[in-house]
Amino acid sequence: MEKILEVENLRVSFHTYAGEVQSVRGVSFHLNKGETLAVVGESGCGKTVTSKSLMRLIPEPPGEIKEGSKILFNGKNVLDMSEKELRELRGADISMIFQDPMTSLNPTMKVGKQIAESLIIHRGMNKSEALKESVKMLELVGIPNPAKRARQYPHEFSGGMRQRAMIAIALACNPKILIADEPTTALDVTIQAQIMDLIAELQEKLGTAVILVTHDLGVVADVAHRIQVMYAGTVIERGTTDEIFYDPQHPYTWALLQSVPRLGTGNKAELYSLGGTPPDLIKPPVGCPFAARCEYCMDICKEAVPEVTKITDTHSVSCWLKHPYAPKIELPEALRVGGIE
Amino acid sequence: MAEMVNNNINITKDKFKIVGNKGTDSEQILRPSMTYWQDAWRRLKQNKIAMGSLILLALITIMTIIGPHLSHYDFEVTNNAANARNLPPNAQHWFGTDNLGRDTFARVWIGGRVSIIIGLVGALIDTLIGALYGGISGYFGGLVDDIMMRIVEILYSIPYLIVVILVSLIVGKGIIPLIIAMTITGWCYMARLVRGQLLQIKEQEYVLAATALGASPKRIILRHLLPNTLGVMIVAITFDIPGFIFGEAFLSFIGLGIQSPNTSWGSLAASAQPNLMFYPEQLFFPSLFICLTMLSFQLLGDGLRDALDPKLRQ
Amino acid sequence: MARFLLKRFAYMLLTIFVAITITFMLIHAIPGDPLSGMARKLPPQIQKNFYAKYGLDKPVIVQYGRFMKNLVLHGDLGESLAYPGRSVVHTIKTYAPVSGRVGIQAIAMGFVIGIILGIIAAFYRNKWPDYLVMFIAILGISVPSFVVATLLQYVFTVKFMVLPTTGWGGFKYTILPSIAMSFGSIATYARYMRANCLDVIGQDYILTAKAKGVSKLSLVWKHVIRNAILPVITLLGPQIAMIFIGSFVIESIFAIPGLGQYFVSSVSDRDYTMIMGQTVFMSSLFIVSLVAVDILYGLVDPRIRLSGGKK
Repeated sequence: MEKILEVENLRVSFHTYAGEVQSVRGVSFHLNKGETLAVVGESGCGKTVTSKSLMRLIPEPPGEIKEGSKILFNGKNVLDMSEKELRELRGADISMIFQDPMTSLNPTMKVGKQIAESLIIHRGMNKSEALKESVKMLELVGIPNPAKRARQYPHEFSGGMRQRAMIAIALACNPKILIADEPTTALDVTIQAQIMDLIAELQEKLGTAVILVTHDLGVVADVAHRIQVMYAGTVIERGTTDEIFYDPQHPYTWALLQSVPRLGTGNKAELYSLGGTPPDLIKPPVGCPFAARCEYCMDICKEAVPEVTKITDTHSVSCWLKHPYAPKIELPEALRVGGIE
Repeated sequence: MAEMVNNNINITKDKFKIVGNKGTDSEQILRPSMTYWQDAWRRLKQNKIAMGSLILLALITIMTIIGPHLSHYDFEVTNNAANARNLPPNAQHWFGTDNLGRDTFARVWIGGRVSIIIGLVGALIDTLIGALYGGISGYFGGLVDDIMMRIVEILYSIPYLIVVILVSLIVGKGIIPLIIAMTITGWCYMARLVRGQLLQIKEQEYVLAATALGASPKRIILRHLLPNTLGVMIVAITFDIPGFIFGEAFLSFIGLGIQSPNTSWGSLAASAQPNLMFYPEQLFFPSLFICLTMLSFQLLGDGLRDALDPKLRQ
Repeated sequence: MARFLLKRFAYMLLTIFVAITITFMLIHAIPGDPLSGMARKLPPQIQKNFYAKYGLDKPVIVQYGRFMKNLVLHGDLGESLAYPGRSVVHTIKTYAPVSGRVGIQAIAMGFVIGIILGIIAAFYRNKWPDYLVMFIAILGISVPSFVVATLLQYVFTVKFMVLPTTGWGGFKYTILPSIAMSFGSIATYARYMRANCLDVIGQDYILTAKAKGVSKLSLVWKHVIRNAILPVITLLGPQIAMIFIGSFVIESIFAIPGLGQYFVSSVSDRDYTMIMGQTVFMSSLFIVSLVAVDILYGLVDPRIRLSGGKK
């Protein structure tokens, strides 16, 4: 397993009129070649800011990537790169696709040209070579009649097709990492499945590593190798997909898993919903960020940030329940029987 | 994972009893919530340029009220003595005198009254007619809207200044005829604006939500449609006023403006312009105040627009 | 597409027709009569002949019919009432190009300079170039054209005698008037372009472009400007027509024999046929340029072009 990305102690804040919002508070993780890492969490947990920081796409000001953060791509720290080096990195080594395909494409530029742009910049192709290659890319992402489509404008595409076009743009230069920020949230459920399949298929074909950012655990089960769960700017649990789904440790993870509605859940059971809202990140809580919403909250949780407990080589969790002093807590009823499908 | 540093917290067994989350304020919102108008006012106050303009406008308005009384001279009194005419600013006539020996200082402030009143009244009339017309058109939509907007488009298609000139010829000269001439098609812009806003808002989901909850049309208009249109209207009024001041100046240049002995900034400037080479200060003062007033309204309008824009709400 | 054009064209003709009719009614509502503008008092018989000759003694409807017939069938707008023998159409043909020349120069300058300033302001938002551009723009809008014109005249022709004060002759006579007229345009375009650019910069597709590694220059040119400039084109329409009217002040200050000045002297002469004719000309031009710009916009914006002209 070759590490291509290593993030160490990433801290990102935003300076607003109301104060400094600490969006990302010490996140570390790594990504191996060809694998898919899912970053899961609710709105505002810092997952999008984290992913955008990887290519320094956060506007600074008002954003600020704090001293001590390190983002190592193939050994080189992205945060030390010059503008020119960053531009060479973006689109060629690391690519990103965004949530809303409708607004993420330039409405006055033909789709083929938007793909070709990447190739012209990074591969030094001329216009006609690049356009030919774009047609091939459109074919690769499963768009029928690619030659005709390349000469069309984004508004002539359907939502699912636009997202495919976005993927084509992102993968045109065969980057080592593809960051997909909520790629299916704005799409219909049936299209969601298609797009996720496409991403998985392309990953196999091209050997691209994928960072999949989403709030929906359901989407993640088939495609991700590893999952990390974020809450209030920190990673509270991480592990392989099996470990997270079959042996979740953190109460927040339990809540997330229980929120995924499943067919055949006890007929009279109410849909599970976790009460409360995430904490204000201008004045982050002193102890565990989840304390206010956790039904297993203890006094120590409010006072101190939990230590990290290693369960296996790949599975660790940040929770006081794992401390030897803590009472033994069983997995919630709903999660126990045979795990989540 | 990064080790987060805990500062000397004693980890003792008694802290590990489950307390749960009942009774904790898990949904507290820490920032005080403000109404739309409070937030807008706060933002406007922060905008120093806009506040400065507001203060300047207040000062100019106060001067137009008390200015003529400050000067020892009445604005109408002429003095044909050769040494009293066309004087540059001096100790007795702070802005100098015009070619009939009248005190420019007093005349500038009297003129200011006229110009500002024309601006305010004109903008108000524009707004009343326009908002009513646009409101009806936008609220009902459909055929009513189509017809009403066609009429507006046709009225719009004759260049505004030409209409003003022609109507001026019909109604004559003076303050009220002037206002009539300038508002007779001036309201079209406001009508279009209000109608556009209304159409946009009608489509918004919160209106649908209110209807689904059973709100009466009157309630929807008063509590949802109006407040959201008000912002746009306020900004439009602020930008409309300088238009009137300028229009009045323009008409004065053509000779259709305010007649002697009444005066306005525009007519002061118009009569001073031919003498620019000899007595530049006669043109200077009225022009200065026209510029300052228009400038202030523009800056204030900009500030208001930013403050009232719901998308910029923090 | 063709159907869309046809509809627009027909609608345009209708609008012009209604505008002309309204103007006709307005002019005939003006109290007094053309002869009161003349210096001498004419004996009643001559007055009667005068009215008969120009059909001013007939009811308004008849006059209207006569006017429209002349206009549509012969392209004739009648004769000047104040200067008998002078054809209205001929007068317009003589004076309009003068205004047009100054006006087009002013618009071209306004557009180009305004757009560039707007782009600069947007990209250096809240830094000194932005404040400078906005300052210039605010000045351009609030300082009335006669003040600008007068100042320019004073500085360049009296203080530094580099340009002619007044009159009309060659290119150098058009410099100051064009500059004076362009101030307002520059300000308007700069503000509008800045707002549009800021709007576009905030869009998601700009982030996509950045994520592709597009260079700053490419970003500005290919992505931002192309999208931001489209709505600005619609501003051109009204501007083109304003050349002839708003220019009055400038023309009188620089003594330029243009249509704006002539229009105003027609007004003071109460020369109704002249007033009518010029108004017809200017209104029609206004309406036509609005429609033309509309169509142009429809052609340039792919979203409208390809959906068959439906907005």
